[in-house]
This record gives sequence, C-alpha cells and structure tokens, in this order.
Amino acid sequence: MNYNIDQKGYYGDFGGAYIPEMLYPNIFELKQKYLSIINDISFKKEFNQLLEEYVGRPTPLYFAKRLSKKYNTKIYLKREDLCHTGAHKINNTVGQILLAKHLKKKRIIAETGAGQHGVATATVCALMGIKCVVYMGDLDIKRQAPNVARMKMLGAEVKSVQSGSKTLKDATNEAIRDWINNPLNTHYIIGSVVGPHPYPDMVARFQSVISKEIEEQLLEKENRSKPDHIIACVGGGSNAAGAYYHFLNNKTVNLIAVEAAGKGIDSGESAATSALGKDGIIHGSKTLLMQTPDGQITEPYSISAGLDYPGVGPLHSHLFRTGRAEFISITDENAMQAGLELSQLEGIIPAIETSHAFAVFKNRKFETNNIVVVNLSGRGDKDLDTFINFFKLQ
Amino acid sequence: MNRIDKTFKKSKKILSIYFSAGYPRIGDTMPILKRLQESGVDMIEIGMPFSDPLADGPVIQKSSNIALKNGMTSMNLFKQLERAREEIKIPLIIMGYFNPIMRFGVEKFCEKCNQVGIDGLIIPDLPLEIYQKSYQSIFKKNGLYKIFLITPQTSGERINLIDSASNGFIYMVSSSSVTGTRERFEDEQINYFKRIKKMRLKNPTLVGFGVSNSETFKLACENSNGAIIGSAFIKFLEQNDLNKINYFVSKIKGK
Repeated sequence: MNYNIDQKGYYGDFGGAYIPEMLYPNIFELKQKYLSIINDISFKKEFNQLLEEYVGRPTPLYFAKRLSKKYNTKIYLKREDLCHTGAHKINNTVGQILLAKHLKKKRIIAETGAGQHGVATATVCALMGIKCVVYMGDLDIKRQAPNVARMKMLGAEVKSVQSGSKTLKDATNEAIRDWINNPLNTHYIIGSVVGPHPYPDMVARFQSVISKEIEEQLLEKENRSKPDHIIACVGGGSNAAGAYYHFLNNKTVNLIAVEAAGKGIDSGESAATSALGKDGIIHGSKTLLMQTPDGQITEPYSISAGLDYPGVGPLHSHLFRTGRAEFISITDENAMQAGLELSQLEGIIPAIETSHAFAVFKNRKFETNNIVVVNLSGRGDKDLDTFINFFKLQ
Repeated sequence: MNRIDKTFKKSKKILSIYFSAGYPRIGDTMPILKRLQESGVDMIEIGMPFSDPLADGPVIQKSSNIALKNGMTSMNLFKQLERAREEIKIPLIIMGYFNPIMRFGVEKFCEKCNQVGIDGLIIPDLPLEIYQKSYQSIFKKNGLYKIFLITPQTSGERINLIDSASNGFIYMVSSSSVTGTRERFEDEQINYFKRIKKMRLKNPTLVGFGVSNSETFKLACENSNGAIIGSAFIKFLEQNDLNKINYFVSKIKGK
C-alpha cells in the first residue's frame, strides 16, 4: 500500500476537493501549479536558504537522557520548538509565502487556533511586505493572548471570530468566506494538512523537512536512519505529517498519532477525532469528522487550542483506517502532567499541544533498545498562564 | 416533464425564494411554502440548515443556527414535506451542504426527495466532477436535477462544461461573495450578466446572491430568466409575521 496522495488528490477514501464553485478557480490554479512551483530549482534554493538562515534549520535531534532513563527506552526529541517563532508551523508558511509570491498575490489570509500558525504567517508576511489578516476564534484569542500580541506587533490584523464554538473550526470557516469574497488578490495560507486538495499534500511537503532531517541526524547518531517509533500530536496533523513523511511507506517505523481526549473520550468534551469521528466533509476535504447523527459538525473540546478541531487531515484518516498508524488519545490532565514532567526532567517547556505526545510514555511501554523520536512541535511560552493556573504554581 | 422545466417554459421573470427550514419556528416550513405559493412566487428553495455553512453570509448563518436549535434535521424536514405535494404545485428545490446528505446516505436522501416531490438539489460543496463520477446516476434515477453555480470568475470553458452537464437552470452567483443582500448592482456585475447572456447557454439562468429588492430583481430579469432571493427574505421573516409574506413578494415584483 502507498500512503502518499494519489493523482486525484485522495489518500485512499479520504481527501478530494469538496469546494463551492466560487473557490474553483483558486483551487484549480493551485492544483495545476503547486508541484511545478515547489519543485522548481530556484524555488527550492530560496526555500532552503530561508529555512536555514531565517527559521534556524536544521533543528537539533536531541537525546533526552533523563526522560529515557525514566521510561527505560531511547528517546530523541526533534526540536521544532527551536524554530523561529517557536513551532514547526513556520516551515509551511515560508513555503506558502514564496508560492503566493509566484502566484502574484497581494494579500494573505490565515486561520489560527493556538496562534502559532497565525504568528508564523504574520512573520513571513512581514518578511515579504505582504498584507496579512488572521482569523482567530474569540475563545482562542482569550486563551492564547501572548500570540495575539505577537501577531499585532508583526503588523497583522487579527480578526475575532464569534461564530460556533469560537475556536479553530470557526476561524477556518471565516477564512474560507474571506477567500470567497476576495478570490483575485488573496492567497489563503492554511496552517495544517487539512482543506481541499492540494492543501494537505502541499503542507505535508513543506513540513516533510522534519522527517528528512530525522533520517539524516539519526544516521549520524545511531548509524541507522529509521527510528522504531515516531510520536506526534495531531490536531489537523501538520507536525505529524512532517515527522512521518519520509517513513510513511516504511512499515518498520511505527507511527504514533496522539489526539486530544479533552475531559475523556466519552465525556462529550473531547477532540479525539479517530475515536469519535465518522466519514464526513469539513473545510473542503473528505475525512473523519466529529458529527451528530444528522451530519451537523460537533463542537470539539480540548484544553489546547491547537488540537481543538473536530476533523483531522485526510492523510491521518487514511493512516487510521488502514491501521498504518497507532492512534492514542490523551486527556487534558495527563497532557498537563506530561508537560510539567518534561519541563522538570529536561528543562524544556513544551506547548500543551506537544505535551499530549509526551503523555504517551505513561500509557504505553517501549522496548529498552527501541529508538523513539518525539516531535517536539512547539514551545510552551504561550501556555504559561494555563500551566501556572492548572498546577497552582503561583 | 420536471416542474422546473415547465416553469421556465411558461414564465419569463422567475422569482425564486429561499428560506431556512425550521426558521423562525420549527413548524413554519409548510405555512411558509403555502404563503409563498399564494403570493405568486414561481419556485422555492428550501434551505437545509447546516452547522458550518461555508458559502453563506451572516444572515443565513444565523437562521441556520436558529433552525438547528429549534431541532430541525433532514429526517424532520422530509416528515414535514410528506404531504406538501397535495397543495404545493410550484417547483421545490432543496439547498443543503453535502455533509448532512452524506450522513443521511446519498441514495436514501435522493429517494426521500423523490417521494416528497422535490425537483432539484443545490449542494454548493459538491462540485461537478465529484457529482458526475459518483452521484449522477442516483440523481437521475430519482428524477432530481442538480443545479450548478457559476460566478464572475468562472471561465468561459467551464461555463460551457457546466451548461452541458446541467438540467433545469444555472445559478448565476452575482458577485464574488458569500450570500447576502445588496442595494444595487454595479457595472461590473451587469457586464458579467450580459457576457453570460451572450453565451446563449442551453439552460436558463437565475441570478442569486445580492438580490434584495425590486430594483435588483428587475435588473436580474433584464439580463437573465429571473432571480433567487434568500437573505433579504430571511431578514423579512426576522421582523414580520408569516401573513405578511404576500406583501414582501409583491414589493419585489413591483406590483
């Protein structure tokens, strides 16, 4: 079985472009051009140069000695938290802003949940001198205040979204409506491996630098290029897609996807899409989707704004359906504990999203001689208030 | 013959009205249908509410939301429409997003539509290519027309493709926007209407999105076969009793 996208824009049963006719010209243009643009030598050169000199790549693959000792296995951390702006999100926004320039777009829109994608988009827009509008749910604006301030500092306009659960899903709806209203001059930088084809594949390709570096770095450190396990948290799934990319078709590498269980899968307050979702359409893509029996999209819940999404990228639905990846869901409580543990064992404060990935070690045993890579997708500065209040550290 | 074709044969200036089923109250579907027919409306679009209506502006987002809170579901709607054809003779079109239809089961949904006498479907997020590949035969078997949209950005080549694949009529979205009302059409839009008129498509066209009053309706009729009014009618229902519907329609028609 092949786990990459097929000619028609599907991963097995999932994917495609379920879009209103108003977006057809934009999506068609992207579909026709994205591969030739991003495979062009001068594009690659500019992209790689920015990743190196601006983003700070390659990010280290760090052997977490104390964490490894505690869980009696070999744990490496892929330090995406050390990227400029503090998360993996900027790998994709650098790629897409260069693409937008090729398409001669004058205005950028984006959605954001935790604010990391919003900050990464505002950053590259400042870098290129392009106008930037970021849609963010009103609830997320309140719980991720530091990132809102950063976006404003970078010159972006942050638009508060009041519809639905006032989180990532609703911000994405508003960004899509903006694109319908401004089809000619605007490029929509989607932040995850979601949305209509070709977005899931395009974003995965821009993020695939993560797994490419893991291969190279592991070869140097362990004299083998494939780990036994890769763990990544999944909201829409962009950091996971990037960390899995070069290992997708190599089944010796076990892929572990960690979703947010919220207050528990059966609590009614959860964002564990693989456990709770059924085949559906969200934001132009056929994928697993949390919904009512009548097909209304359910409001998700997670303490982490970046995982608070009722769907998941179509690649991940395919990995779940085919059994290629192991899906685990982690509650708010366990994620927060894992975040605190990583901070105090390794001196690294992870984002709450990323903390979900670390909670796997308490839930699942690994062989002593196994090599486990955790994609440390983002740093936790933005979440300090939430952590401090949760643990009553004041 | 499909009721939609009959309607276009006998009338030149078609007025089609959209409303969200289950709004303002859950039981209003049949009363609204009856009053619209009595008022001389030529065709009705019944909106199936959806939690995340991507192509809709604030007015229809709000009415959809209220309809869902009122307890409207696909199954409910079919129950309400069970005996509609005893009284309603004009064409009925269901407009809904694809996810609830998929969840219901596309085949089962189309069979239900056939049973209650629906003539066509508008599904904004089910594009032509996917429809043709996977669902066209189901629609045909159930005598349902799938109405497609075109916009000012749709290329001539694609308009011809859509025209050849369409039945009933083509929904001409007036501008690059989500649904909503506007006071008048600009030159840019009128030029677009004229450009489409010159293409001499095999299907009639109706202008939708942004039609809200007698002036915009008249302009739409001059350049196409009529118009669809949604948001302006929803706004009217927000403030007026159902028995005033007659007044709304005659004002649009300019009588």
